[in-house]
Amino acid sequence: MPAVRVCARSRAHSRACLDCPKSQAVKPSQPPVHEIVARDDFSDATYLLEVRHPQMARAARPGQFVIVMAHERGERIPLTLADFDRAKGTITLVIQAVGKTTREMQQSCKVGTRLHALVGPMGIPTHLSKAKKVLCVGGGLGVAPVFPQARAYKEAGAYVVGVLGFRSWDLVFWKGKFESACDELVLCTNDGSAGIRGFVTDGINLALKKHPDLEEVVAIGPPVMMKACAQATRARGIRTMVSVNPIMVDGTGMCGGCRVQVGGKVKFACVDGPDFDGHQVDFDDLMARLARYKPQEQAALERWLDTCKAIQRTPEAALELPDPFEEVRGG
Amino acid sequence: MASLTSSKAKKRTIRTIPQERTPMREQEPKARARNFSEVACGYSLEDAIRESERCLLCPDPACIAGCPVNIDIREFIRKIGEQDFRGAYDVISATNLLPAICGRVCPQESQCEEVCTVGETLEPVAIGRLERWVGDRALAEGWSSAPYMEPSGFRVGIVGSGPAGMACAADMAKAGCEVTVYEAFQEPGGVLKYGIPDFRLPNPVIDAEIENLRKLGVSFECNTLVGRLFTIEDMIEEMGCHAVFVGTGAGYPAMMGIPGESLNGVLSANELLTRCNLMRARDFPDFDTPLPAGRSVAVVGSGNTAMDALRVSLRLGAPSVHCIYRRTKAESPARAEELHHAEEEGIQFHWLTNPVEILDDGKGNVRALRCIRMELGEPDESGRRRPVPVTGSEFEFPVDIVVYAIGTNANPIIGQTTKLKLNKRGYIDTDKELATSMAGVFAGGDIVTGAATVIEAMGAGRKAARSMKKYLGIRDGTAESATRFGIPVNEHNFTRIRA
Repeated sequence: MPAVRVCARSRAHSRACLDCPKSQAVKPSQPPVHEIVARDDFSDATYLLEVRHPQMARAARPGQFVIVMAHERGERIPLTLADFDRAKGTITLVIQAVGKTTREMQQSCKVGTRLHALVGPMGIPTHLSKAKKVLCVGGGLGVAPVFPQARAYKEAGAYVVGVLGFRSWDLVFWKGKFESACDELVLCTNDGSAGIRGFVTDGINLALKKHPDLEEVVAIGPPVMMKACAQATRARGIRTMVSVNPIMVDGTGMCGGCRVQVGGKVKFACVDGPDFDGHQVDFDDLMARLARYKPQEQAALERWLDTCKAIQRTPEAALELPDPFEEVRGG
Repeated sequence: MASLTSSKAKKRTIRTIPQERTPMREQEPKARARNFSEVACGYSLEDAIRESERCLLCPDPACIAGCPVNIDIREFIRKIGEQDFRGAYDVISATNLLPAICGRVCPQESQCEEVCTVGETLEPVAIGRLERWVGDRALAEGWSSAPYMEPSGFRVGIVGSGPAGMACAADMAKAGCEVTVYEAFQEPGGVLKYGIPDFRLPNPVIDAEIENLRKLGVSFECNTLVGRLFTIEDMIEEMGCHAVFVGTGAGYPAMMGIPGESLNGVLSANELLTRCNLMRARDFPDFDTPLPAGRSVAVVGSGNTAMDALRVSLRLGAPSVHCIYRRTKAESPARAEELHHAEEEGIQFHWLTNPVEILDDGKGNVRALRCIRMELGEPDESGRRRPVPVTGSEFEFPVDIVVYAIGTNANPIIGQTTKLKLNKRGYIDTDKELATSMAGVFAGGDIVTGAATVIEAMGAGRKAARSMKKYLGIRDGTAESATRFGIPVNEHNFTRIRA
């Protein structure tokens, strides 16, 4: 008789087993609740949602993503996990209001409300290499998803250098969080209003000069930024992992909408990624594919804004089109 | 009345039965090609009774063996003839819980109807249409067969709420198990919901059948990606599942590997269908999911999924829709009825044609499809004549959407996250009882066989349920008192050790 799990032995025993603490603790009767327990607005466009989902908080690993549906008629949008707290049983998402869905969520997702659907964690978790010195680069919204990776490397004993890029000082978030997870932190802003003036690539070059022994780079952000990061490290041959964020529907490999070209081969970001070797990814292809529903997205946004105007006074800024480089969903 | 019918039944011969198969009312091709309402409207009461009279009630019916789940076809048709419709439903639902679905999507012409005795001389009895009629009537009347179930104390986890999972869930629930079905999408139904369009299988029918499963005590947990949220090992070791069924489907669409596949406007049939059916992109912008709008759509492949993609594209408003297939109509794997419907609706078929390149418009969109003509050569391993390209026959024609419906590969998630043994094509390896390499874990449907039909998946789900009951030591109905070697069967540990 091999060692069978105690509760599986017999019917009589399994009934008795309901008294056994282990079996009670794991009763699958706790449905995921998807309730928003905290929210933080970093700027006019960027907001953080902390959602209760104990099971997911336990399963999540750095580099994974979730798919969210805000309401019954909503679309499924992929968002990279920005953080997860196993003790509290929550996961954290950082979202930028660019399109119809993300703007609508900005209005409707208040503390105490629920998301219609939240599924994940999806994708292959980041493979934490044995690198001793790691550079973690986050640009714009990519700052949030790079955090769990920086923390994981730090916990694994690596020397972590962080490079964060924002457009200006008022968009900066999680500086303190990164300071605790990184041994060194370089902050870059396009206008120089905080940290050094320049793009993340300037920060990378700075870090590369100071630390010629960097073994690995993790870069997350808009595709143009990741492309530039991969360029910056290519000459030195430093392994550069990026997290791609194509358009998805199911996130389980079933539709193939998220396919990307990696090293000349077709990969599905949802099940083969989302982390890929940045030197192999065809970023131009990724950017072109991200734009494939642009007319429909634009139409949906305009229609929604019109409705909003009818219902309430819309802030002027909301009518401005987003910076195309920031056209990024999640990380 | 009953005696009258039975005396009639005795006299039934091939000469006395109605000679013509009762036709089913359908929407006009022109009208239906622009709406998502069901194409085939179903039988009326009179139609059903008339058609039931065409059954010879053979003493040794071939049709039952032709059915993957062995519905007692003769008996339910007899009950229709006797106007005992509830009885007919009970006969079907003893083996098939989803008659309204199977009556619509089963390829009866190659199953029960293919071997029908009447079919040897005349057109076979329309078994599928009768089954659908009974299923629809049951839904309309709110019939469900929830027998008294003695709780067996076993907990069963089912991964995937498609046809295989639903069938397995139903059988295990009837055996008194506490069944939970996990689904990654926001609503249950699997391929029935995301894949098969409304004009073939309306969503309310699926929802009603799922409701019937809930009445049996099955619980559905959506938004749950098994493998990533928890693994199959976790289900057994931590969540208290005594047995697990994996019916996740093949789901990983194949591409051809020709130039231009990453252009905008190239998508898999799964993506098109999921967006349109499950996410309701056809009602964009009332629903948020967009769909690419095409003037001229080419669908590559000629299976049932291709037919769905073609007809969906037409209904989404594309003026010209083309089917590109490298073999001929005779080799097309689609059901004859689907092909016929597609032709009626105005789909343009290009047989013996294979795409070689997708051409762009310079802005990253599809402009045209370059194809080559094929001719049939020697038969290949599938017995069909292998298509060979005709040199110098390349041509291109303008399209703006290209949809691939050329089959699927094995979905990697379960393989990535468990130690289940896979075969070399990446599908789950099972024995003929559908047991996997892990004790207590069974698998069936497309994730074992590769892409197949709904009813085959349901058949696999039921077969896995039988093996699962054997594994758990559940004797159908008699488990309470039965003993073996003086040990109660529900206690018999030897069933837990697999050779």
